[in-house]
Amino acid sequence: MSLDPHTGESPHNGLFVNGLCKSYGPVQVLADASFEVRPGEVVALLGENGAGKSTVSNIIAGSTRPDAGTIIWRGKPYSPANPAAAIEAGVGMIHQELKLLPDLSVAENVYVGRLPMRGGRIDRATMNAKASAQLKRLGLDVSPERKVRTLRVAAQQQVEIAKALTLNAELLILDEPTAALGGEETELLFKQIRKLKAEGMSFVYISHRLDEIAQIADRVVVMRDGRIVARHERADIPVRTVVEQMVGRSVERMFPKLSAPGTETVLEVENLSSPERSFNNVSFSVKSGEILGIAGLIGAGRTELVRAIAGADPISSGAVRVAGQPVHLSGPAAAIRAGVVLVPEDRKEQGVVLEQTIGENLAIGNFDHVAPKGWVFPKAVQRFAEAGISRLGVKGRPNQAVSKLSGGNQQKVIIAKWVSRPPKVFILDEPTRGIDVGARAAIYDVIADLARSGMAVVVVSSDLEEVLGLSHRVLVLSRGRQRGILDRDEASNIAVMELATS
Amino acid sequence: MAVSNETSELKAGTGAAQGASGAKLSALFAGTMGPLIGLALLCLALALTTDTFLTVRNILNVLDQVTVLGIMAIGMTLVILIGGIDLSVGSVLALASMVMGYVAYPDYLNLGVPVGIAAALIVAGACGLVSGLLVTVAKLPPFIATLAMMSVARGLANMITDGSQIVGFPDWFTNLSIVRHFGFLSVTVGLMIVLAIVFAIFLNYRATGRSLYAIGGSAEVARLSGIPVKSLTNWVYAICGLLAGLAGIVLAARLDSVQPSSGVGYELDTIAAVVIGGASLSGGIGSIGGTAIGVLIIGVLRNGLNLLGVSPFIQQVVIGVVIALAVATDTWRRRRQ
Repeated sequence: MSLDPHTGESPHNGLFVNGLCKSYGPVQVLADASFEVRPGEVVALLGENGAGKSTVSNIIAGSTRPDAGTIIWRGKPYSPANPAAAIEAGVGMIHQELKLLPDLSVAENVYVGRLPMRGGRIDRATMNAKASAQLKRLGLDVSPERKVRTLRVAAQQQVEIAKALTLNAELLILDEPTAALGGEETELLFKQIRKLKAEGMSFVYISHRLDEIAQIADRVVVMRDGRIVARHERADIPVRTVVEQMVGRSVERMFPKLSAPGTETVLEVENLSSPERSFNNVSFSVKSGEILGIAGLIGAGRTELVRAIAGADPISSGAVRVAGQPVHLSGPAAAIRAGVVLVPEDRKEQGVVLEQTIGENLAIGNFDHVAPKGWVFPKAVQRFAEAGISRLGVKGRPNQAVSKLSGGNQQKVIIAKWVSRPPKVFILDEPTRGIDVGARAAIYDVIADLARSGMAVVVVSSDLEEVLGLSHRVLVLSRGRQRGILDRDEASNIAVMELATS
Repeated sequence: MAVSNETSELKAGTGAAQGASGAKLSALFAGTMGPLIGLALLCLALALTTDTFLTVRNILNVLDQVTVLGIMAIGMTLVILIGGIDLSVGSVLALASMVMGYVAYPDYLNLGVPVGIAAALIVAGACGLVSGLLVTVAKLPPFIATLAMMSVARGLANMITDGSQIVGFPDWFTNLSIVRHFGFLSVTVGLMIVLAIVFAIFLNYRATGRSLYAIGGSAEVARLSGIPVKSLTNWVYAICGLLAGLAGIVLAARLDSVQPSSGVGYELDTIAAVVIGGASLSGGIGSIGGTAIGVLIIGVLRNGLNLLGVSPFIQQVVIGVVIALAVATDTWRRRRQ
């Protein structure tokens, strides 16, 4: 027990969470959650989406009130009524979606709501100097006068951390901080966390990337269905163990067995370049039944490359052939007609119309099937949707709004939209981003099935495990250039990273 | 074997069709339950407080009075569905009616009313197309593109006769809005009803119509799904312009005159009708059924307040309050779901 039952005094000056409960209507999202965070410690909070991680974090950060339970912070009872009260007490949270004002400067963002004043005017000199000092503390070399919009995501995140530091935060909750970061940027973030930790700061670290946990966390707390199911005193536990605790069952195999590719070349890409030079002279081919993984750091040009092949963005030179026929890449419609389909990177912005039903989402892009002579009949859409739903195993009904589905099911809806055509080339960009570990395996099975049915499959992913586990061959991009194509048996973490960072 | 299969399918089909007819009707008015209840309450209140509201004659009057608004609102529904807005419809209405007068009237080109109507529709459609191209090619926000067109069209309307009106058209033309065929239906009201039905079918059952909902929901999703977003956007603005022109011709028939200052502020009435009918200004949500209810709410409200002898100034206040109430209840209802 972390609290002394007789005196109620805490053995250290950190955070004690005791029996937190929270329900929304009949749904209990948090049941009797207890854990502690010692000063100068990083505690990783793991769990699938909906496991209760966000609810716990939001309670600690003051944006949600618990139904029951107590928190002790720095030896005193702590129940923040709102985020301002939490900040006042030295608790900050960096959300996954950064909450910055893109058109204000770095310094203004750091000091927004408490701009230093002198004589009724903003004291810009003081503000910039103070902000600059905090940025230096993080090892960040950007001008405090630069507009946040012009910074990369990683730098924007550090502006948020700098802001928390100026607020004298002693406990920082990081919600999926590396979701949008590349390898080097993640390393920098970890370096900063270690430095701040040494200064006595505590962290609650939420992540889906299990490989990071061993690197950065001191202890691990695993949640499932609103409960804490495991506490580990060390972070170097096998990924398999954590995953099994997270999903509550044994994970026999994360990646499906791949069947051997065919002999017929389906997709040929020759010397493809983009007008913005985000990729240059890329050439590769994919056979029927083959899965080609595309790996690289953020900004290597992977998304730009596959978008261009799918007709979504223009190219400046090069050629794409499908089954030997040149494709005129005038737009997505032309690519789809040629048999090239894309499951885009950003599911919610580019993949599905959230407020529409599954049926309507499936009908978009398939009017040539569901609408003979242009007439759309609800029954035909319904039948088409039912077929797609059962083929992909989507948990939903045709007339259900897509916004009500989990990320994994939304992704299946997007795949279902294309699968019946059937396409010749199936491109998936970050197919499991933001999807639960348990649901990922289902997506992997779907991808392996696509290949088995004879399509040429291209998978882009920032998750190296995923690329390696899922691909027959791996193409590595770095700064827009093709650094090599590795066969499955020669593609290892190290081999890929060497090429990706070259 | 094959025959029996077909017949059983046929039976299943008719059964489902019967079951679906109720569903179809509800689909037509999907998301418009609130406005529909509002309209019913309004009618009930007016029926109780006046002896004249619930007479055939008055109901037909209301329909006559809303034809111009109703025809424009159909085009505006399409534009708002794809996440756009068209502020130019009032000016395009004026321009189209002036073109018609100029082409048809004996003192000017004297080419006859039919040629005048054709010219007016071409000009109005062209105005809409230009707005569309400003949005899709010049990448202007729809608000700005159509604000520009609003000014240009108004100016052109004034230039045609140097600001003066044209009065007096052939009887057959003005009769289009006066003579009630079968005892109740003028040609202009019939035109509005036919257009509403045609566009309701288009939006519900044509692939292109469904595509508009997709564009409004997310233009990028629609584009990546192979929907020709730009060309459909151009078409939608062109049709909105065309319908505004048609409304101008209907107005000319009703007034037996055309004037370059007509239609000022109509764009806002039109947008109000569409929004009261449950459409979302951010696109993807709305229907012709809803818009029809929105148009009728505005029409009935004006008519009823006139019958009650309420001053036109207070009418404006009341209509403003109704817009706020309608959208507020809608927002509240959506949030609760």
